[in-house]
Amino acid sequence: MYRYDQYDQAIVDARVEEFRDQVARRLSGALTEDQFKPLRLMNGLYLQLHAYMLRVAVPYGTLDSRQMRMLGHIARTYDRGYGHFTTRQNIQFNWIKLEDAPEILAELATVEMHAIQTSGNCIRNISSDQFAGAAADEVTDPRPWAELIRQWSTFHPEFTYLPRKFKIAVIASDTDRAAMRLHDIGIQLVKRDGRIGARVFAGGGMGRTPMIAPEIAEFVPAEELLSFLEACLRVYNRHGRRDNIYKARIKILIHDLGADEYRRQVEEEHVAVKALGLDPPLAELDRIAAMFGDPPFESVESPLVPNGDAAFAAWLDQNTSAHKHPGYRVVTISLKPIGGIPGDASADQIDLMADLAERYSFDELRVTHAQNIVLPHVAARDLFAVWSALRDAGLAEANLDLISDIIACPGLDYCSLANARSIPLAQKIATRFGANGRQQELGELKLKISGCINACGHHHAGHIGVLGVDRKGVENFQLLLGGSGAEDVSLARITGPGFSEDGVVDAIEKVTDLYLARREDGERFLDTYRRLGMEPFKEVIYG
Amino acid sequence: MADRDATDVAGDPSPALRQDAAGEQPAVTLEAFLSQDDAHAVRLEAGDDARALLPRLAQLKLVEISFPSFRDGRGYSAARILREAGFMGELRAQGDVLVDQVPHMIRCGFNSFAPEAAIDPEVLKRSVERYAAVYQRGADAAEPVWRRRHG
Ligand code: SF4
Repeated sequence: MYRYDQYDQAIVDARVEEFRDQVARRLSGALTEDQFKPLRLMNGLYLQLHAYMLRVAVPYGTLDSRQMRMLGHIARTYDRGYGHFTTRQNIQFNWIKLEDAPEILAELATVEMHAIQTSGNCIRNISSDQFAGAAADEVTDPRPWAELIRQWSTFHPEFTYLPRKFKIAVIASDTDRAAMRLHDIGIQLVKRDGRIGARVFAGGGMGRTPMIAPEIAEFVPAEELLSFLEACLRVYNRHGRRDNIYKARIKILIHDLGADEYRRQVEEEHVAVKALGLDPPLAELDRIAAMFGDPPFESVESPLVPNGDAAFAAWLDQNTSAHKHPGYRVVTISLKPIGGIPGDASADQIDLMADLAERYSFDELRVTHAQNIVLPHVAARDLFAVWSALRDAGLAEANLDLISDIIACPGLDYCSLANARSIPLAQKIATRFGANGRQQELGELKLKISGCINACGHHHAGHIGVLGVDRKGVENFQLLLGGSGAEDVSLARITGPGFSEDGVVDAIEKVTDLYLARREDGERFLDTYRRLGMEPFKEVIYG
Repeated sequence: MADRDATDVAGDPSPALRQDAAGEQPAVTLEAFLSQDDAHAVRLEAGDDARALLPRLAQLKLVEISFPSFRDGRGYSAARILREAGFMGELRAQGDVLVDQVPHMIRCGFNSFAPEAAIDPEVLKRSVERYAAVYQRGADAAEPVWRRRHG
């Protein structure tokens, strides 16, 4: 894991003081709310329906037990005993007092954490593959590169008032677990002639105009990556639209210019800026990478302890994945108990996950963009102990990537922009399909719910997506089919007229019944949909 | 890239704050500048292309860049482009220039400020002195931390 040196710590400490000063000026009236807003947003502090929400950065979703415990402490001390893990691999606290925010940031700084650029029209937290460093199929660990980009983008003086927010993801395998091409910039690290470089995509995103990022560069070498990103951002900062908030993301600029013209402008800019010495020496990437070395895995294969427990076997099958090192598994802890709030964890659960990481996973945890937690390196012989502890804490739901493993945005329960409530709907769907082995029968089925067109719940990328809309003052839900945020990326399409909350659950049942009736060997819901097309699904819903 | 010693800032934590442009040639619009030969001062609106000035940079003493709203960040790129091209004169941020944005502006090469609303000099001093380390190379002389780490 990355460890701060004195410079990193000085920067985060200075930020705490700066924010303390800004809050004091706001409370004294020296700053108007209008002037204060972008400053607090740049520090992850939103004003929601009922209170302030603080979003804490978890860079590329990686944290250790000490940091995780701090999150539990904040939930307990400053919130109502809960934290909410987000699709940006961050955590949000929904009941924060403005006066407490500086102190919370000061506490976070003691464990090398912060809330810098978790909001605002700037470069946001860098996201990555939650299996980084553990996945069998990666060409390298993407996190050192993500850390390099994190540092470059932190308080970047030129790119702090962009036309709109800017999200970057870095992955390093052909399997995409991070929805890389649905980011403003998506980077896939690839190997060419024995060297690692960046394949760069730009202009993807969700929101009201979802787009899949086209490729902008097929191979940018490490020693030019930051100047290349600088060029990408400068073209956007200068030419991105600022007249209409809904057309201000880079995807609109690239769509309007065309990928070829955007690429041409970026390349021209890159020639100019790379001569300025913006790129750190390779030694800097090496310095960071040295902190991400493998933990001391045991070389003797650790056998799985045989156990007759059916619930354990189901969890083992569903929630653990192949590890690059023999004898280890990657464990995903589902934060989607049937009937619970997707992504929520209590302070006690957060502490327990920290304890398990410390004891069984070389002190590492990951937050996934699907709002779950990963213990990346668990020896096979410890799996039963881990599962037992999780079960006792209500964290052993065996539903990874099943229909009840729902991504849902906060929706109308918290969010001031919402049209509809996402959370109760997620609970209803999980309850309907979570019992009697129904979801196991359906297999992999990614369902995603957004409470409004801003698409924080990634509904465009759902095998099944649900979008909350407002119809004459009544909550209404549109159903979408056929999206994917993985390497087979695609955008979901709307089936037709929307439904009531119960109506949309019924409609989901109809489309999944059709899938069960028509699927061929080995097909997931998404595969059957792609083979059959929209029509038969429409027919069962509306026919 | 601009040498910090050549600017008004020069390590001085109190950059020049000016409310007016008395006693100097008034800054003309980009269009006017391009159509006359002898102007030394030009004002760029947020949407103007700073690169249009590059062929005649040598004759310029002052470039004023407008910030119609502090949220409009185009002026930061304009400033860097001018400094990267070697512009050594006065680079002034005018308009909705707030104390919390000034440090970023300095890092992008601005060395004078004409804010619409008065800035408290005490708060400005704190703001400008706050960060002892920066992560990236800018148009100022601050050394990025990777340089300090690796020499
Ligand atoms: S999708 Fe809409 S309702 Fe949901 S969190 Fe985002 S803005 Fe709020």
